[in-house]
Amino acid sequence: MAEEDAPEVELSGEQKKEIAKWFLLHSPGGEIQYVAKDVRSVLDDDGAYGEAASEAFPAYNKAQMICLDMPRGMGEVLITSFGELEENQFLDPRTAQVGIVDHVKQVCTDARPATDEELPSPYIEEFRCALDAEVLKYVGEAYPKGVCSVYSTKGKDVEGPGSDFELAVVIQAARNSPQNFCTGSWRSVWNIEFKDDIQILELRGKMQVGAHYFEEGNVQLDTKHECKDSTIFQSPEDCAISIASIIRHHETEYLGSLEASYTNLPDNTFKVTIYFPRIYGESFQLLAPFSPGITRCSSVLQEISPKNLELKSEITIR
Amino acid sequence: MEAALGLMRRMPPKHTETALSALLSLLPRHSSDLLSQVDQPLQVLCDIDGGKEFILCEYNRDADSYRSPWSSKYHPPLEDGTQPSPELRKLEIEANEIFAIYRDQYYEGGISSVYMWEDDNEGFVACFLIKKDGSKTAHGRRGYLEEGAWDAIHVIEVGPEEDGTAHYCLTSTVMLSLTTDDESSGTFSLSGSIRRQMNMDLSVAEGHLCNMGRMIEEMESKMRNSLDQVYFGKTKEMVCTLRPPAEITQMRMPES
Repeated sequence: MAEEDAPEVELSGEQKKEIAKWFLLHSPGGEIQYVAKDVRSVLDDDGAYGEAASEAFPAYNKAQMICLDMPRGMGEVLITSFGELEENQFLDPRTAQVGIVDHVKQVCTDARPATDEELPSPYIEEFRCALDAEVLKYVGEAYPKGVCSVYSTKGKDVEGPGSDFELAVVIQAARNSPQNFCTGSWRSVWNIEFKDDIQILELRGKMQVGAHYFEEGNVQLDTKHECKDSTIFQSPEDCAISIASIIRHHETEYLGSLEASYTNLPDNTFKVTIYFPRIYGESFQLLAPFSPGITRCSSVLQEISPKNLELKSEITIR
Repeated sequence: MEAALGLMRRMPPKHTETALSALLSLLPRHSSDLLSQVDQPLQVLCDIDGGKEFILCEYNRDADSYRSPWSSKYHPPLEDGTQPSPELRKLEIEANEIFAIYRDQYYEGGISSVYMWEDDNEGFVACFLIKKDGSKTAHGRRGYLEEGAWDAIHVIEVGPEEDGTAHYCLTSTVMLSLTTDDESSGTFSLSGSIRRQMNMDLSVAEGHLCNMGRMIEEMESKMRNSLDQVYFGKTKEMVCTLRPPAEITQMRMPES
């Protein structure tokens, strides 16, 4: 590799900033503060770091859909692109509050009531609010530490029947246990198109699961799944019930498929990559070529013992 | 340096190479430390003499060339490239032959290479490498996985012989990545590496190769268990903590 011999060229501030941003944006869920500390130290350039942080944190917070406590016990606000009013202002539709956010510190410093212009029309709010209640119930049952929010994403000012509109459901659950060297996150986003003319609701769901285990190593799980479904346009309450049950159905099914992957993969993986001595039990140890007497030459292996011949034939058959 | 290694522990394993090259450009003075302490996915070249494939790593590199364990020639050719002593080269040839059998028995295919070099304190170091591609496109006999790779790196430092025994320090890294992709369950990717160390004082009566081989064999068996636990145990545990399986939720449903 050329790096070692290359003359030491000092990187420009711009290059350093881009590198720092890359590291920050690739932090596993819940670990950006640890990454930030290390990046700052390897960068050794607080100016470049500051710029990188101010660009990377907002993007990371929104991608991870982090959840922040609003001050004065006003509940929580999810940092998502759906709720973004300004770079540091995020709407919580349930409480109609806007959280003022410090992205780099990942805290909500203040909150204010949302203005009428920032909130959906009463007609849309009826659908949104009914769905929020149903999703909240589902999340409370399915996720021990889940957070959810329902946003009006299109046609929030529609006053009554006759126009299309769109809602988005966001579900997030994160775990962070540095003492056990692991973190994990579940994120799902559901877009629901209310098609007034054909009286149909179309749902698009995207689920992502990540896990990181870093004791004596670095192992990461990264899964992604997208799906579609539809149902009929009904009253706000009935829409809410069918949407929540569709979400429940798909997420439960997805969890089932993850579990199936876990059941099938270890076998497949180790079969594909290596032999599991499981097949031969402990006796395989004795047959390994490093044992005394059979270490010297490959052709000796076949003469060494009948057991080895058995093994050889088993290998060929398989 | 500590911060750099901290970052490598957190970056997604599939981006190891990008992360490492970023660190190398930020910390050129630490390049040799970084290259020896951060394990990267193994690359392969073909020996010009025998046509046999060999594995590239930090330990068979000199400048921009890599020494093949089969012909001991550098690829691309390099005059005055570092060579082990004739005695050590003899052991290296033998180790490569035996390790190829070991690899064939345990891995049913794959590529292996062993490199040895003298170290500063009268002992020597040996590096045993195995690479196995288990993806659908690979020549492996069972391609269930969209993508699947197993890279094992075992570095053994062998101390000088004293009263018929020698000290062996084995540091092993296994990098395993697997991805499945299908319509019904989307993409599922598990990747990463684990590293373990083992120290032993052993009699050299049966020769260094026997001792090293048995240590590697024991280590690989331990690491398979660890991989099973970490890859398929710990990450599944995390998923089930985030969203417990249906049976548990259904049990709770009547109350709600």
